[in-house]
Amino acid sequence: MIGFWKKKEPEAKEQPQAQPAEEKKGFFKKLSEGLSKSSGKISTGISDIFTKKKLDAATLEQLEELLITADLGPATAAKLAQAVGKNRFDKEIAPEEIKQALADEIENILKPVEKPLDTNAAKPFVVLMVGVNGTGKTTTIGKLAHHLKADGKNVMLAAGDTFRAAAVEQLKVWGARNGCPVIAKETGADAASLAYEAIERAQAENADVLFIDTAGRLQNKSDLMAELEKINRVIKKKIPEAPHATILVLDATVGQNAHSQAELFKEIVNISGIIVTKLDGTAKGGVLVGLAERFALPVYAIGIGEGVDDLRPFTARDFALGLTGLEEEYARTD
Amino acid sequence: MFENLTGKLGNVLDALKKRGALKEEDVLLALRDIRTALLEADVALPVVKAFIDKVRAEAIGEKVLRSVTPGQQVVKIVHDALIETLGHENAELNLATQPPAVILMAGLQGSGKTTSAGKLGKFITNKLRKKVLLASLDVYRPAAQEQLEILGRQINVATLPIVAGEKPAAITQRALKAAKLEGYDVLILDSAGRLSIDDDLMNELIAVRDLAKPVETLLVADSLTGQDAVVTAENFHSRVGITGIILTRIDGDARGGAALSMRAVTQKPIKFLGVGEQMDALQPFDAARIAGRILDMGDIVSLVEKASENIKLEDAKKAAEKLAKGNFDLGDYLDQLRQMQKMGGLSGLMSMLPGVGKIKNAMAGANLDDGILKKHEAIILSMTNKERAKPDLLNASRRKRIAAGSGTTVQQVNQVLKQFQDMQTMMKRMNKLGGKGMMRSLQGMLGGNAMNEMEEMAKNMQAQGNGLGGGHGILGPNPFPEK
Ligand SMILES: Nc1nc2c(ncn2[C@@H]2O[C@H](COP(=O)(O)OP(=O)(O)OP(=O)(O)O)[C@@H](O)[C@H]2O)c(=O)[nH]1
Ligand SMILES: [Mg+2]
Repeated sequence: MIGFWKKKEPEAKEQPQAQPAEEKKGFFKKLSEGLSKSSGKISTGISDIFTKKKLDAATLEQLEELLITADLGPATAAKLAQAVGKNRFDKEIAPEEIKQALADEIENILKPVEKPLDTNAAKPFVVLMVGVNGTGKTTTIGKLAHHLKADGKNVMLAAGDTFRAAAVEQLKVWGARNGCPVIAKETGADAASLAYEAIERAQAENADVLFIDTAGRLQNKSDLMAELEKINRVIKKKIPEAPHATILVLDATVGQNAHSQAELFKEIVNISGIIVTKLDGTAKGGVLVGLAERFALPVYAIGIGEGVDDLRPFTARDFALGLTGLEEEYARTD
Repeated sequence: MFENLTGKLGNVLDALKKRGALKEEDVLLALRDIRTALLEADVALPVVKAFIDKVRAEAIGEKVLRSVTPGQQVVKIVHDALIETLGHENAELNLATQPPAVILMAGLQGSGKTTSAGKLGKFITNKLRKKVLLASLDVYRPAAQEQLEILGRQINVATLPIVAGEKPAAITQRALKAAKLEGYDVLILDSAGRLSIDDDLMNELIAVRDLAKPVETLLVADSLTGQDAVVTAENFHSRVGITGIILTRIDGDARGGAALSMRAVTQKPIKFLGVGEQMDALQPFDAARIAGRILDMGDIVSLVEKASENIKLEDAKKAAEKLAKGNFDLGDYLDQLRQMQKMGGLSGLMSMLPGVGKIKNAMAGANLDDGILKKHEAIILSMTNKERAKPDLLNASRRKRIAAGSGTTVQQVNQVLKQFQDMQTMMKRMNKLGGKGMMRSLQGMLGGNAMNEMEEMAKNMQAQGNGLGGGHGILGPNPFPEK
């Protein structure tokens, strides 16, 4: 599935973009900018802390706090600080070395979840998008569809958010942008039967990939989670192995509540992987580290903007470098 | 594993309360745990530090160490400091200006601006009795303007007609003109979501602000936000100048963190809480209530208010009378189940009660939740009226019939009956505690033993679930008993 990301299509330029003046940047540059905006503090922090200093308990605590401000959570932050301190305690140490050690630790944790989405395993390959409100489910479908279309796939979208006002219209715009058919009913229709019909259509029309959007829902709302379970159940009636992928879309600004989201969505539908959006902002998405340890769910991609092209593969190394602020420096010396 | 702040502080403070005399180390230890708890609840680190310093300074005083119940004293200090940080000034909407009073909604993508704009429109129209015009400046997200238009139609509030291709500044001017000409009291401008570091879009927002001169610029922020809350709030405030905050998705299971953070860095009041997806799910902010939730006191005010809205007083009286006479039957139990569902189901109800962290954990482990309420309902609905009134009638063959009728098993029917018995016992206990009526009974739950009973119930339900989950501690007494 390497080809999936390779194709660099010029941006389809008919919709107003959120950053109109901004030209499209290369992947590494843009990712680096996004992550380094967020990691700038960590980077300077570490440099401040460790220049010509012995690695002592107070220093490690400061390191821990820097990780906390990146949303790694107190437990993971403490563990990582400890790991970095191991064998280096009481020694004179260069800031570079500390950063590298920290990045290595994070990369080791994230490496196993660095897995792109492979849509070749079935036809139609059915993808269910789930998550709490406003995380970027619909936008991410638009982006994924764009990549797959560029790869020559026959993509179909299903407007399974039959609840939120204008959610159907929103997905239709994404369908039009990408030249994909959108299966939709009126707002208020039963989402599960919409999903069922969409699969029938996908089969009849020989679609390679079918994306089913769903309404955003808080994971502690049992009635809404029951509805999601029903959608899932009805999909299985049509194709027992489907959904072939169920993607939990997480907003990078989320804090430790991401644990609850992953846990409870996983209980209801079989989450196969995660996509983290809005990494172009000031939020660091550091909770991903704790999630990787706890749930080991693949991270398929990251979102770095509102445009059709603003999706990137997730790589453990870049993410770790971004979190520790090293990426900035490498980008400069490259 | 990852308890919410309420659960975590509950454990910490329970431990404190069990000791007669507190040593300074105990306070420091407790504060260490409170620090972790606050961080787990996503309060931003600098805010946590300032908060802990404040509490430490007060807690390690002689007064605390010599007082009769030092644990409760610490609880009180933490509680007061929380309220102080959250802000206790009057946070009403300011509309005092030459009409139209403009309200500008701003915030990150996906934080809930459009939904909140609709809710606010409804609130101002219905509660403040003012004429409101809604206008969307979101020309970026597909169908965003349509979304506001549809919401406006739903709540019967006017929206500015959409003109395709128009820029935000031009829309603002048109909206202002329309509001003036057509005599609107309030104009709510819903802006597109934007990152606080996106210079172009932040400048666009500043231009809109300069045109519209809003009396209120409200930062709409998601209560699920982590450490970024301080960064975003600080940036929006320093660039655009906010007058208040709307905290959305407070009906989720993330608690308090972002509220404390944003309030602390902007010093601007949290004016409203978004508590659901419906257009009336907007509540005025109440610091004591949120602090209470954070401190494991339960959101008893919300509970009581919600109960009074949803439960018909008549029904409650009837149930109470039946209880007093001791003939609370399965039909009444069915009513109770339905009332519980109206109040947001078990999880909704539980989240408003003290000790919630622990009960919720027990429930989560049991995979319990509201599916069980529905199942219980189905089982009772498969009974005849006679059977409901006299559960003793339910012999083996009747139970078999009911199981078949409700699509369950005899075992599950037995569980309902056991549950009913527990409920009966609990209702009797509550009745004794709280006097007459459902409302009093709910308040009575705060009183003491009833909470243990609730936990027992949760445990039993857990056992019925599928035997998952480990043991859970006994709930401590409520630190702030009803007076
Ligand atoms: N900056 C930025 N914005 C994003 C990204 N992904 C999505 N968004 C924006 O976030 C907002 C919400 O995105 P949606 O795709 O509507 O989110 P959703 O999860 O479908 O929302 P609901 O269906 O309402 O639950 C929109 O304004 C998107 O443009 C991203 O990677 N970066
Ligand atoms: Mg959507």
